[in-house]
Amino acid sequence: MARFGMVIDTTKCVACMDCVVACKTENEVPEGLCRDWIVQEVKGAFPELQMEIRSERCNHCDNPPCVDCCPTGASHVEPLGMTVQVTGDVCIGCKACLASCPYDARYIHPDGYADKCTFCMHRVVEGLEPACVAVCPTRCMYFGDLDDPNSQVSRLIRSRKGHTLLPEAGTKPRIHFLT
Amino acid sequence: MHELTSTRANPLIDPSLHVWEWQIPVYLFLGGLVAGMMVISGYFLLSGRHKRTRCACFMLPSLSLILLSLGMFALFLDLEHKLYFWRLYTTFEILSPMSWGSWILMLVYPAILANLLLRLPAPLQISFPRLQQLSDQLVEHPMFAKWVGAVNMVLGSLLGVYTGILISTLAARPLWNSALLGPIFLLSGMSAAAAFVHMIAREAEERELLAKADNGFLMAELIFIALFVGGMATSTQVHQQAAGLLLGGPYTAVFWVFVVGLGIVFPLVIQLLAVNHKIQHTPVAPILVMLGGLLLRFVIVSAGQLSHWTGN
Repeated sequence: MARFGMVIDTTKCVACMDCVVACKTENEVPEGLCRDWIVQEVKGAFPELQMEIRSERCNHCDNPPCVDCCPTGASHVEPLGMTVQVTGDVCIGCKACLASCPYDARYIHPDGYADKCTFCMHRVVEGLEPACVAVCPTRCMYFGDLDDPNSQVSRLIRSRKGHTLLPEAGTKPRIHFLT
Repeated sequence: MHELTSTRANPLIDPSLHVWEWQIPVYLFLGGLVAGMMVISGYFLLSGRHKRTRCACFMLPSLSLILLSLGMFALFLDLEHKLYFWRLYTTFEILSPMSWGSWILMLVYPAILANLLLRLPAPLQISFPRLQQLSDQLVEHPMFAKWVGAVNMVLGSLLGVYTGILISTLAARPLWNSALLGPIFLLSGMSAAAAFVHMIAREAEERELLAKADNGFLMAELIFIALFVGGMATSTQVHQQAAGLLLGGPYTAVFWVFVVGLGIVFPLVIQLLAVNHKIQHTPVAPILVMLGGLLLRFVIVSAGQLSHWTGN
């Protein structure tokens, strides 16, 4: 069974926000909300500064606290790709999942249910890449099966230095950032 | 330097999480208060005090039903997808404290109603004579009151602990991520309930007993709060930052002056003097205890949302 994940090469990302616009367009994300966003992290002391640009979104964690805390089962792990999804008409809008996510990746849709990145599964089932990956002009984003040792994402994780976000939170995130 | 710049500006999330406002602290407080009232009422039934005609335990079931329903209404107001609330009862999610709480509440209502049947309030006796007949039949069975008492004590304890566990399992908010929140909220609910029943009790002996019990709950609560803050302040960096919200941060004054000082220590001193017959019992201490309990939920819910894994 596939376990979808993403690899993002932060050395190629230029923070153009194409991924953000593509996601909003593809998924009809309401105005004022976003499923993915750009973070610029600057560390160090002048003149020795380091900057990392990341396109962030739901990490589709292997140990998702949003799924554990959901009282109705609206937040669940989808068998196809083991991605974390939300069934809108099962969600009561209690917001426990928003509070449980250390990445603050969720928001409340104006219709009242919790919403977030789906890895564009409606595209993936048709053999397409998620919208953000497909439009990236620097080709810094990769999507694939983390359990397949021959997939591009697995090979990149093996061959390049990188990190995940807040691994200490114990959620086992599935988005890897190459550095 | 370490600077993060994000393009995300989602409502309720940015610049810091603020998904829960007044409704959740009010729900947690009323849930805890009712939990305490169930335990106290259950104790009165188990110990046979209900045989006294003026026992406060007969007022508690109807008051519990009203207060719990108000709390549930506050929770309902907080839901963003209100018309789907019934989805809570189409499943049982074993890992979700909120699912446990929903089902506990489903058991709590019948337990309180069974308690109510032990002595129906006068308006119900007149309006529903059949209910009064049922009540008369049930009271004839001496074990009924004991069973109702035991069930109320168990379910009340579960409800009280649940109000703390509900947020303590949300590990993404370091301030909440302490198992001590369960006992703290239970003890706070017990002390608020003891204070409340103290105020409505008609017998002096009952008031004395409840003041003594309240003193015990308040002392235990103080110890647990000290353990909670101490444990948080000596834990990992993110937990230390979370503790900093109460130790020098924006919630320091409200927590130590109003929750701990005026909500626990001051009423404890007043009630210690009262039970030692140095001063008369006054409603000041119980009122402060209840306000302190409410404020404790507001501070913990609000400060917890400000605590974060990437630093406060």
